[in-house]
Amino acid sequence: MTNETLDRTARAVIDPELARILAAHAAREGALLPILHDIQASFGHVPERLIADIARALNLSRAEVHGVISFYHDFHVEPATLPVIRLCRAESCQARGVDALAAAFAGETRVRIEPIYCLGLCSVGPNAMIGTTLHARLDQARLAALVDTVAVECAA
Amino acid sequence: MTRTVRISDDALALACGADAVAAAFAAAGCHVERVSSWGMHWLEPLAEIDGQGFGPLSVGDVAPVLDGTSALGIGAIADHPFIARQERLTFARAGKTRPLSLDDYAATAGWAGLFRARELGAEATIAEVTASGLRGRGGAGFPAGIKWTTVAKTVSAQKYIVCNADEGDSATFADRMVMEGDPFLLIEGMAIAAHAVGADTGYVYIRSEYPHAIAKMRAAVDLAAGIIAPFRIEIRVGAGSYVCGEETSLLNSLEGKRGEVRAKPPLPAIEGLFGKPTVVNNVLTLAAVPWIMAQGGAAYAAVGFGRSRGTMPIQIAGNVRHGGLFEAGFGITLGELVMDIGGGTASGRPVMAVQVGGPLGAYHTPADFGLPFDYESFAAADGLIGHAGISVFDDTADMSAQARFAMQFCAIESCGKCTPCRIGSTRGVEVIDRIRARSGRGADAVELLPQMHNARKAPRSLTDDIALLEDLCETMKFGSLCAMGGFTPYPVLSALRHFPDHFGLPAAVPEAAE
Repeated sequence: MTNETLDRTARAVIDPELARILAAHAAREGALLPILHDIQASFGHVPERLIADIARALNLSRAEVHGVISFYHDFHVEPATLPVIRLCRAESCQARGVDALAAAFAGETRVRIEPIYCLGLCSVGPNAMIGTTLHARLDQARLAALVDTVAVECAA
Repeated sequence: MTRTVRISDDALALACGADAVAAAFAAAGCHVERVSSWGMHWLEPLAEIDGQGFGPLSVGDVAPVLDGTSALGIGAIADHPFIARQERLTFARAGKTRPLSLDDYAATAGWAGLFRARELGAEATIAEVTASGLRGRGGAGFPAGIKWTTVAKTVSAQKYIVCNADEGDSATFADRMVMEGDPFLLIEGMAIAAHAVGADTGYVYIRSEYPHAIAKMRAAVDLAAGIIAPFRIEIRVGAGSYVCGEETSLLNSLEGKRGEVRAKPPLPAIEGLFGKPTVVNNVLTLAAVPWIMAQGGAAYAAVGFGRSRGTMPIQIAGNVRHGGLFEAGFGITLGELVMDIGGGTASGRPVMAVQVGGPLGAYHTPADFGLPFDYESFAAADGLIGHAGISVFDDTADMSAQARFAMQFCAIESCGKCTPCRIGSTRGVEVIDRIRARSGRGADAVELLPQMHNARKAPRSLTDDIALLEDLCETMKFGSLCAMGGFTPYPVLSALRHFPDHFGLPAAVPEAAE
């Protein structure tokens, strides 16, 4: 398949949500990150099938777009399969015992406990973020309660 | 009479349950005002009723507070020793105003600096900032006035103001508190900078880990648009990369590229965002400017120590009893901050180590508690103040594990552009793992090849691995393109120097008291 046919195929099926996002950022300088954030928010991840259209809209190569997606921890090309709790693993939370806390939940299978490096709540750790909701002063019981809540919400 | 209750809506207060407490006060018939945080984090959620503070509150404490039987009263908040000992210039409004109220901002001398800058004109504005001695608060400590002068003198039809709000260091939250608690202050600082250098567009690059700061800044920029016009500000959101706090990597990220570090020169002041002259300043640098313009550079320079003028919002965090934001003139000692103000560890155990300056900052021991908080003094003690975050560790910390974490963090977050940082960090983790296992290592298959004339054939001992780690750190320190790889050796080497027993070596001889 030549690039041109690929282009035409892609244009024929351009995703309406992507078209809306691209139009919203048309006037911005260096718009790739804001676009990817919006895609991630709408789709839950950055689907591979959109990359060619993003690249064309910004006059970039697909490799460049892929390079940006893979550079930043926030962007994922696969949807998350489990609900995510982001637990801060940086130094101040380490000083407040987050390593032992994380170890106690190493076998957790209902949710994914991902590391995050600093939520800026360094005097009241260990801390976690679920979506955009913050939780401070975590101990084993409080984190277990959060895990239960998130797991139940996801199952519902 | 309806009683007014003031509770912070800062992210830290929210994380500690402030919304539920505020709702309980409202349900009890009180008028609730959501204000910025005083920065006494161990007392959050902190409620202020008729000038009296109560904290830390949970929902069950609301009724006792209102009927006067609560034991959580701390008296008048402004008289609390933690607040009374501070010299708050940047954080003058903390705890007192509603973050998104233009009325509150104007009523507390807001915009006075911008209006005076407009009266004085661009050149006199830069002269005032230069006279204040203000240095970049992001960590490098570069004089703001000189940076602004360079941008002002560079001829270009398009210039930018970029605010670095990618506050990724652990133990730092002052940027977040400015953006969530006093967003118009930062906007005013940026508008003054724009006026001084002739820029019409500004960007605030905020890390994605700060959703509350992003929301507040977006709302504040909309509200203030008419006041700062024709200058306009756009909020941009990072994407989870620590290295984007480095200014050139931040510029690449703003341009929509991978956040890889650029070689300097050219300086961003001459070729910055999209190749145009750009002022890149930290949140705290820009937030200090309105006070300087309103009160004069000389008044700001009158506070401070040595070549570090003015105040520094110091962030006390980690395993500490009284953590929070402490703004003081430079020169206060590390021991005062950790012991007198911070109250020692939260766990009640002895302080063993204190990391100053985030993941790239050195570990200090109580032997360094006499060090005055100032750029030069810390540099002389093989450390850095960075963004002035202090993380306290008690005597249960494993310092070789902390050294390993520093290397591991660098390996995770390295942008990959330069070899010492990209490869060195991974090799650093491996060497520290061997040191921690006390395993040493024999020559590997490649080293044993007959062609490898210069490769060492004898096994490496623990001391050989320590020497290798030191050598690797030297290479990273002097060979890396930016502070990511260049400063990662600070926590590693300081841990090794102060706590050799944690690396399997004989314990350090206690340093003589100075």
